Amino acid sequence: MRTRRWSRSAYLEFAITQTIRVAGYSAVVFVFAIFAFLLAEGAPALREVPLRDLLGSRWYPIEGFYGLIPILLGTLLVTLGAALIAVPLGIATAVFIAEVAPRGLRETLKPLVEILAGLPSVLLGFLGITLLAPQLYAFLGLSTGLTAFTGALLLGWIAIPTIVSVAEDSLDAVPRTYREAALALGATRWQIIWRVTLPAARSGVLVAVMLGIGRGLGETMAVMMVTGNAAVLPTTLGSLFRPVRTMTATIAAEMGEVANGSVHYHTLFLIGIVLFLISWLVNLAAASVVFRIRTRAERVLS
Amino acid sequence: MPTHSAKRQTSLLALGLLLGFCACAPSPSPTNPVPAVTIVNKGSDTMVNLALAWAEAYHAARPSVNLSVTGGGSGTGIAALVNRTVDLANASRAIKPEERAEAESRGVDSIEHVVARDAIAVIVHRDNPVQQLTLQQISDIYSGKINRWSEVGGLDKPIVRLSRETNSGTHVYFLEQVLRLGNPDDRTLFAADTLLLPSSEGITTELGYNENAIGYDGLGYVTDAVRVLAIARSSQGPYTRPSAETVNNDTYPISRDLYMYSAGQAEGEILAYLQWILSPEGQAIVADLGFVPVGG
Repeated sequence: MRTRRWSRSAYLEFAITQTIRVAGYSAVVFVFAIFAFLLAEGAPALREVPLRDLLGSRWYPIEGFYGLIPILLGTLLVTLGAALIAVPLGIATAVFIAEVAPRGLRETLKPLVEILAGLPSVLLGFLGITLLAPQLYAFLGLSTGLTAFTGALLLGWIAIPTIVSVAEDSLDAVPRTYREAALALGATRWQIIWRVTLPAARSGVLVAVMLGIGRGLGETMAVMMVTGNAAVLPTTLGSLFRPVRTMTATIAAEMGEVANGSVHYHTLFLIGIVLFLISWLVNLAAASVVFRIRTRAERVLS
Repeated sequence: MPTHSAKRQTSLLALGLLLGFCACAPSPSPTNPVPAVTIVNKGSDTMVNLALAWAEAYHAARPSVNLSVTGGGSGTGIAALVNRTVDLANASRAIKPEERAEAESRGVDSIEHVVARDAIAVIVHRDNPVQQLTLQQISDIYSGKINRWSEVGGLDKPIVRLSRETNSGTHVYFLEQVLRLGNPDDRTLFAADTLLLPSSEGITTELGYNENAIGYDGLGYVTDAVRVLAIARSSQGPYTRPSAETVNNDTYPISRDLYMYSAGQAEGEILAYLQWILSPEGQAIVADLGFVPVGG
């Protein structure tokens, strides 16, 4: 009786362990499978389109122009602009919620930010196209409201809740004793935030920033609605206030009608590969920084 | 003029009908007093709402005829016709010679039926003083040769070019018939800074506030918030605005026929359906959805 029960629970434990293991491995398998699929569909483009054309400055695939540079730079311009807006604001908001705000305010702000993070981006895109773009057109005297700047503002707005939510969690996880020790040494509140809490939560804050940038990089619908989608090569700083075309918007706009297996189809997958590599690099950079922080912390402690 | 919600409703209704057909089509039982006929109709996305509205009204009038309507693009519809998987292909462009040859090599004689027309209106902001343009001027504006409104009789402001995305049949039509003025050897392209907006809605919204912008849209999408320009084939005129009358007497230059193609001469129920589409009842639906009725 006893042994049977034992074996059943052991069997159960084995099954649970294996399920968890498979779930864990599946993430790795899926990432590789996706990349393999992208490669299989996108690599033919490298053979079909001469490299000189891929590096050209004109993207107009229905007439055989496959220059990736304008849409690559368009993506970078919009994403960087969004990061410049979202990172300082997001971290500041997280610090405010975690460290400064009184308890009542904090309990209202936190769920509100989380709701904001869950808003569908197409809704924000709609607000962008009907409210933000006309306002920017009027206030800044632009030739059109559909610009890289509009996209960056909107993307920043989309990325902020993600950054706030994750960064606040990691600030919250910093042990109370750290703050109390700093307070005992006579540190001001600002000194505690800047010299103790933020550095202690640095890896979590960095993950927050990375997730925010990742959200911006992959954002499609809102960006497609407000950036005007003109594949102009952004050459000067003034390009920020002119329309651009991003890689995600290009894929979304053109994938629907493209003939399966055509050069255009393969090139869209090539864009997917480039996007994959960029987000991989962002992850890698963040991971290496986090790793470096950790090893230094371990050295200090030992 | 159709509102979006009305359109959505129509397609939902028709989708429901369609699902109903799918359920009952495969079982033509001999005990059924009226044998059900199914007409399969596929093609142009421009026409899909129109085709759904037709199918819905026709099925209501003649319940024994089932209609299955899907979009997918003009090319998809014609390919399906060649493969004999549809009875009628919708196309917002005429069949290409190579498509016709492909069809003939498979023993399919594609017969063309003009079922409606679509006028493409060139639109600007309401306060834009420019009232009329020639086709050549529009071509020069969109190809980037003309960059300021003052060059075509307007204010000294930059021109912001708005267009539909390249996957839109309307974009391709505009490129071939307006930018290249119908010349197949012309390699003119849209200026690189042309804004490619994903929807007709996007174009009208931008034109609602932007005094610099110029755009184009199917007549059915034009609202009172924008100004429709009068267009002429040459600078001698006449300048005409798009309407059912000017499209049908061929004075408005930017319009296209919308087609249905049948495999071989239409007969039986398919012929009856095509005749109904061309009847006043069928053409009233065309006008309701903002397209131009034929012969009216």
